[in-house]
Amino acid sequence: MHWIDFTSPHSVREAVELLNDANGSARVLAGGTDLLVQLRGGRFDDVNLVVDGKNIPELNEITYDPEGGLTLGAAVPCYRIYGNAAISRAYPGLIDSASLIGGTQIQGRASFGGNLCNSTPSGDSIPAMIAHSAVANIEGPDGHRHVAVEDFCTGPGSNVLGRGEMLVSISFPAPTSGFGANYMRFIPRNEMDIAVAGAGTSVVLDGDTIKSARVALAAVAPTPLYVSAIGDAIAGKPANDDTLAEAGQMAKDAATPITDMRGTIEYRKHLCDVLTRRSLQIAIDRAKENA
Amino acid sequence: MTTTTDYERNMILSSQEYNVVGTRPIRHDGADKVTGRALYGADFDTAGLLHGKVLRSPHAHANIVSIDTSAAEALPGVMAVVTFADFPQVSDGTVDFGEEITTVHDLQSNILARHKVLYKGHAVAAVAATNAHIAEEAVKLIDVEYETLPSVMTVQDAMVDGAPILHESMRTNELGATVDDKPSNVAQHFQHVKGDIDAGFGEADVIVEREFNTVTVHQGYIEPHAASAFWNTDGRLHIWCSTQGAFPARDATAEVLRLPVSQVRVTPMEIGGGFGGKIPVYLEPVAAMLSKKSGRAVKLVMSRADVFEASGPTCGSNMKVKIGAKHDGTITAMQSYLAFEAGAYAGSPVGAGAQCVFAAYDVENAVIDGYDVVVNKPKTAAYRAPGAPNAAFACEQAVDELAIKLGMDPIDLRLKNASVEGTRRPDGTVFPRIGCVEVLEAMKNHPHYSAPLGENQGRGVAIGYWFNVGFESAVNIAVNADGTITLVEGSTDIGGSRASIAMQAAEVLGIPAESVRPSVVDTDSVGFTAVTGGSRTTYATGWAAYDAAMDVKQKMIERAATIWDVDVDSIEMENGVLQSASDPELNMSFSDLAAQMGGTGGPIVGTASRNAGGMGVGGGSFAGNIVDVEVDPATGKTEVARFTVVQDAGKAIHPSYVEGQMQGGSVQGIGWALNEEYYMTDDGTMANSTLLDYRMPTSLDLPMIDTVIVEVPSDHPFGVRGVGEANIVPPTPAIANAIHSATNIRMERLPMSPVAIMEETWKQS
Ligand SMILES: Cc1cc2nc3c(=O)[nH]c(=O)nc-3n(C[C@H](O)[C@H](O)[C@H](O)COP(=O)(O)OP(=O)(O)OC[C@H]3O[C@@H](n4cnc5c(N)ncnc54)[C@H](O)[C@@H]3O)c2cc1C
Repeated sequence: MHWIDFTSPHSVREAVELLNDANGSARVLAGGTDLLVQLRGGRFDDVNLVVDGKNIPELNEITYDPEGGLTLGAAVPCYRIYGNAAISRAYPGLIDSASLIGGTQIQGRASFGGNLCNSTPSGDSIPAMIAHSAVANIEGPDGHRHVAVEDFCTGPGSNVLGRGEMLVSISFPAPTSGFGANYMRFIPRNEMDIAVAGAGTSVVLDGDTIKSARVALAAVAPTPLYVSAIGDAIAGKPANDDTLAEAGQMAKDAATPITDMRGTIEYRKHLCDVLTRRSLQIAIDRAKENA
Repeated sequence: MTTTTDYERNMILSSQEYNVVGTRPIRHDGADKVTGRALYGADFDTAGLLHGKVLRSPHAHANIVSIDTSAAEALPGVMAVVTFADFPQVSDGTVDFGEEITTVHDLQSNILARHKVLYKGHAVAAVAATNAHIAEEAVKLIDVEYETLPSVMTVQDAMVDGAPILHESMRTNELGATVDDKPSNVAQHFQHVKGDIDAGFGEADVIVEREFNTVTVHQGYIEPHAASAFWNTDGRLHIWCSTQGAFPARDATAEVLRLPVSQVRVTPMEIGGGFGGKIPVYLEPVAAMLSKKSGRAVKLVMSRADVFEASGPTCGSNMKVKIGAKHDGTITAMQSYLAFEAGAYAGSPVGAGAQCVFAAYDVENAVIDGYDVVVNKPKTAAYRAPGAPNAAFACEQAVDELAIKLGMDPIDLRLKNASVEGTRRPDGTVFPRIGCVEVLEAMKNHPHYSAPLGENQGRGVAIGYWFNVGFESAVNIAVNADGTITLVEGSTDIGGSRASIAMQAAEVLGIPAESVRPSVVDTDSVGFTAVTGGSRTTYATGWAAYDAAMDVKQKMIERAATIWDVDVDSIEMENGVLQSASDPELNMSFSDLAAQMGGTGGPIVGTASRNAGGMGVGGGSFAGNIVDVEVDPATGKTEVARFTVVQDAGKAIHPSYVEGQMQGGSVQGIGWALNEEYYMTDDGTMANSTLLDYRMPTSLDLPMIDTVIVEVPSDHPFGVRGVGEANIVPPTPAIANAIHSATNIRMERLPMSPVAIMEETWKQS
């Protein structure tokens, strides 16, 4: 029989040591909504140690101040994110993601850290985090390092974390005035589904002109896809339908999806266009409220 | 949550009023179910229980070259391993499950593959061990050598010359005879003919002709299959399982194991959904054989993936429909070609599909061709009105198109051609009194039908038919001294039938529904009772309960006559009061007499059994839908904005459970229409064998479903018609017709998922 040990360290240092000693045969447990399902489904024959993150203070903290920005502990569950009024106002894209992952029960457990470390192309928090210019704070045997969220995932289910490394938290800059963001996904049902495609967007507006924008896509490439070219192309342009159409077309062109049970290549590319336009429109509307 | 509307959300167009029948008492099994005390299939436990695990085929089609179980047997904790070699040679007979018939050979080799696996998930071997983890480990140690074969997944592929053959011994039964001695995947081709089809199309001014395809879908009951068995040293086998019919499960298990039925006792546990899928047996004989070999009780439980891959979904199909009509809307000819997937063994629901396809239409000239085709997928089982929803998806869209071409209101077109008492269907059946016209009229009169539509919205209608099955039921009643009765029945309770059967006895005896204590018992404790399926339970077991209550009533009258020393014929029993016609002073309530039973001749018991006939008793039930959808033109996603279901219930015994059936069938139809499908990869694997990816609708995907119960009485004493199934027939075409109304796109395939709708949109532009 395949036995798995469980351990619940109280510090990042302790956890890093355990992970380093296990050399790839350990997994960190945040909410467990991916990990437990995967272990039970027999996905990891090589895993023999689960390292619980819920007793490590840094992984469970939310710190926010309007100047310095937001830091989310890697194991903070969705409900604590959308339950926080200050974050709700300042980080609307994160709220969109936190309130659509799974259902109420899943949101009680599921974390953005787990979503990011699980590193599927369809992870619903990742495009929103990219739109909000998030940075992953990583701790390992050789100390800490910081990686932009758009550079974190390296393929379906793989990421930059090396031997003994873990995600401690995710930091977000404080939004400026005229900032708006959104995350939107397409699913055939209205809840409980994996994104066929998703778009996370943010804009900074100066009157009716787009000062800057960020667009990231879900489920249409081997990793969550940050399309920086869209921001470059639409910066300085008016926030109107033509500009959104240009952004949508660029998203469609950038996407390299596959055909599977959730959608075809053609349909997913089409959705990138539709979702990018719709999501940017909401980000723009929110930015105007924020001006 | 209640929503206020300017109309009645749950209407009843009532035929006759009663005291108990037609009211809404709290169900007798309610407390146990809402508090979690009810015991379902997997809840069975006993001292020394072993846990089993089934090894399943990873291939869609392969010969089994060898099976080596020695390593599994050697694993500590493993108490028994079984393969087909442990099972006896079976008879050449058939097993009749009520809604489907299968040969014992096919049944047995579906339960554990014999020489060949025919679908991915086909059971190959099983292990019983001291715990589930050891059993899981042990099945991995079973070494099966396969020789893989090419597979076929659709009827079109299976029917071509040179297609991979599933059964070397299968010959097509072509219109009743074997004409070609060549192996084939077509088990049967039959034909129904009425009138002169060529003349009919000759008379037509307008002709509509289309081809439709649907894919495999599953019933999606929440409780996975579970069975436990204990084979006692005295040779008697006891089974506890989640089943729609304890007696059919007993008989099938006995056949597969070659035991007399009296050696097998089946205790039905509470059942968490079935919809037809829990009529066949899968695990029961395997658990039994594991128990025989180990000498211990053994429990087997399917995973969700097992349920999808290895129970009995309903069929994919390829269908053609051609309909001709005169300018005034008179339909002159109807023709259909129905080729249905049976799954791995013969026996698709194409026969029923052919009987239902044109059932709503009184047409002079018709031809229906049916093909039963085997493919490398799990053997299909009954699913709510099996075969009829596929057929309706084709027929009702063609009728919709015809109405558009004729410039006629779609309900008026159906009313003009509606089946009535005396109509002979193309399959030869002559309808007794039925409610097709009444259902259509109720649809037309419903405020929904004339409500305004919003942007990107469309409205569709459709009608569907399903039989009422009769078959055997037995009921025993005993009067208690406190004025209540116990009612013992053999029908497993899936949809509130304890209540609806108890209420019929209560009505006869003039006592409240709460004074009846109904129990569903094991096969040693009541007479043979057929499946809870075929919309038969409230009709047939309810009729047996009516008869048993009449028996009690007669005995109470006789007892009162003895006590009063008057003539039996002079006593009447009305509303629970016994009254002598000759002496107004001589009267007594049900409870008064019950209290005196012991000293006046002993307990009063009543019993009845009946064979309520075959398929189609009472005329069956029609159901119709009015559906509004809103289609997002950019994504192709369909929201069901409003949904009304109208159904003929004959007489609604417990209206809440009738409405529950109507809404439940509608929801399953909505899922079937919009998203549900077996997504098969090229190697014959179902890629989406989880509830996450199978995409049944959740409550967020549905509007409140409005109901109208129409009551056109049948031959049953209260006029009951079974309502379990007809309601799943109209949703797929009604939604397709609504999508057409919203988008001008005619969807010729299921599911009408967002991607499918966009693909059709792109094809048009
Ligand atoms: C019913 C259901 C519905 C779902 N719906 C959605 C949905 O709509 N959208 C969506 O995107 N996802 C969905 N998911 C997937 C899952 O809930 C999310 O990915 C969730 O965000 C994972 O977070 P978690 O805290 O549960 O992670 P866990 O399961 O605890 O961890 C996930 C992975 O990350 C690793 N990990 C966790 N924390 C760290 C860390 N600090 N350092 C290094 N590695 C770490 C784990 O070892 C594991 O490999 C659903 C899951 C279920 C069961």
